[in-house]
Amino acid sequence: MNINTTKIISLLFFIFSAFYLYTAYQIQVFAFDENAPFNARTFPIYLGYTGLFFSGLKLILPDPDTIKVEHKNLEYKKTGILILIAIIYGATILKVGYFLTTSLFLFTSYYFLGERRWILMFLLSFPFVAAFMYLLHGLLDIYLRDPFLKTIGVMG
Amino acid sequence: MIEGILIGLTTALTFQNIFMVMIGCFFGTIIGMLPGLGPMTAIALMIPITYGFDPATGLILMAGVYYGAVFGGSTSSILLNAPGVPGTVATSFDGYPMAQQGKAGKALAIAAWSSFAGGTLSAIYLLFMAPSLSKVSLSFRSPDYFALMILGLTAIAAFSSKGQFLKAMMMVVLGLMLASVGQDSLSDITRFTFDNMNLTDGISFVLVVMATFAMSEALTIILKRNDPTAAAKQVSLTELGSIKINKEERGKMYKTIPRSSVIGFLIGVLPGAGATIASFLAYGMERNLVKDEEKEKFGKGSVNGLSAPETANNAACSGSFVPMLTLGIPGSGTTAVMLGALLGFGIQPGPRLYMTNPEIFWSVIMSMYIGMVILLILNLPLIPYIARILAVPKNYLIPLILFFSITGIYVMSFNNFDIYLMIGIAVVATFLRLYDFPMPPLILAFVLGGLMEENLRRSLLLSNGSWEFLWDRTLTVCILITTILIVLWHIYKTLTKKKS
Repeated sequence: MNINTTKIISLLFFIFSAFYLYTAYQIQVFAFDENAPFNARTFPIYLGYTGLFFSGLKLILPDPDTIKVEHKNLEYKKTGILILIAIIYGATILKVGYFLTTSLFLFTSYYFLGERRWILMFLLSFPFVAAFMYLLHGLLDIYLRDPFLKTIGVMG
Repeated sequence: MIEGILIGLTTALTFQNIFMVMIGCFFGTIIGMLPGLGPMTAIALMIPITYGFDPATGLILMAGVYYGAVFGGSTSSILLNAPGVPGTVATSFDGYPMAQQGKAGKALAIAAWSSFAGGTLSAIYLLFMAPSLSKVSLSFRSPDYFALMILGLTAIAAFSSKGQFLKAMMMVVLGLMLASVGQDSLSDITRFTFDNMNLTDGISFVLVVMATFAMSEALTIILKRNDPTAAAKQVSLTELGSIKINKEERGKMYKTIPRSSVIGFLIGVLPGAGATIASFLAYGMERNLVKDEEKEKFGKGSVNGLSAPETANNAACSGSFVPMLTLGIPGSGTTAVMLGALLGFGIQPGPRLYMTNPEIFWSVIMSMYIGMVILLILNLPLIPYIARILAVPKNYLIPLILFFSITGIYVMSFNNFDIYLMIGIAVVATFLRLYDFPMPPLILAFVLGGLMEENLRRSLLLSNGSWEFLWDRTLTVCILITTILIVLWHIYKTLTKKKS
């Protein structure tokens, strides 16, 4: 049987809406607000039911324009690596600092995407990030936390 | 009035002030292109500098920064699919596909001319209708706002591509659900945070828009790198910098601009509605008004689809000055910052300003307009160079887009959690995009979620829990009937198309 992925997404959305609705009913409101015409849980409850309604309709109604995705043509590996690099970048940016992590993130991303022009890769990472940092931090006075540059005495 | 306009022009057109507006436009464009830094931040950054000048010069500098930042936001929307502010989200629907077809220069030129025309027409509306429109804006009540938001959300879903209505409505609900995360605005009760302190303040707009547009677009490009259908779409980049708009395209713009400017201006006048609803509604309206042949091009690089939100966006910006100048009520975040600056100069906006200090009133309006003219003169020659960003190879462009998105979040919160959340949302959005789930309805719903809940709350509390407020006022009924008609029209068109 050919499984229609749109229907699976709709089913997942239906389950998500049911969970959202359940969580909405669990929102603690103040005692004096419990029977008020509108309290913190009213809108989310309406949203939960609306989500169930539309995803339910999508599940029930026929889907004439089925989207077919050719998974064998998709680059899951490279995309996964890029996401992983972004997660590592996110995890280290505060501890290591903006300059080093951003430069390394750009450099490794260029590499994993197949780039091998080393000089260009370097220019578009370290000096580029330094110039960008100067624009944000030096000219626009937007604070950028950078323990690494602070340690080596470049940034105050 | 003529005397006031002349005084305003005399003040604005000195050498020093023209120089200031040029500087403002330049910096505004750069700041506007940076993620997370929209017109509001740009003006806020300029306030301390403007206090060194006299009020007129300070206001003119801010006007330049303002329009420059709006244009900068449109530029990143068109070139990178990274709208930094809600008002330019609709610009990316057709601007980005057009840029991907190698017509980035043309897309930027259409955006620039449409913005200019929208601003010009709205300045004319402002001249003649400002005092009377302020009364109209005050007549809008919570039920009307609630109905207006339902209209905006339904319209964007109804005008989504063929067979996508239910998918679009699911995305609307998802957007509203994301907006409901965090503290309830009235009671401060936390919702859907699962005891995570990072979610107490809710999810920021920049995070959601960067994740669903810029980041997911970058991931989709990598994902479909070897897809033969995607590769076939790649076209030559020879036309990239060309800003020539041909006769046929001009003809389309001549029709789109006047109607979009009217809807943009009128929506802009309403406090709280602003450029976002205006641009989405103008886009939806335009899609409904054009011929079937043109309708098919929407979302794929339509001239009308790009011109409409850009015109409405700028018209709404001018419209939002009506409640600020005539009532002292800032209609948007940007006008709130401008109001603060005006108060800093010792200018008290309000009903008396128009009568007692007409020269200041007109100086503000004229300086805004001159800011727009200078922006057009400065930026049109720069477009061919700006458009070259797209000539950067994908191996470099994709990491730069990701860097751009992550930096936008980093400078806003200095929080790892926000970066993880953004990556998570981007992965889900990429998957949803593969199956044609549209992202624009999600963004509009996310932007309107808080306002919608607030207006529903007020309406229900005032009517003591009864839903009668939906048919108590003529205006509310009119808006709701329009909403129903749009849905019925959409169903009728779908059914007739299937039969044919």
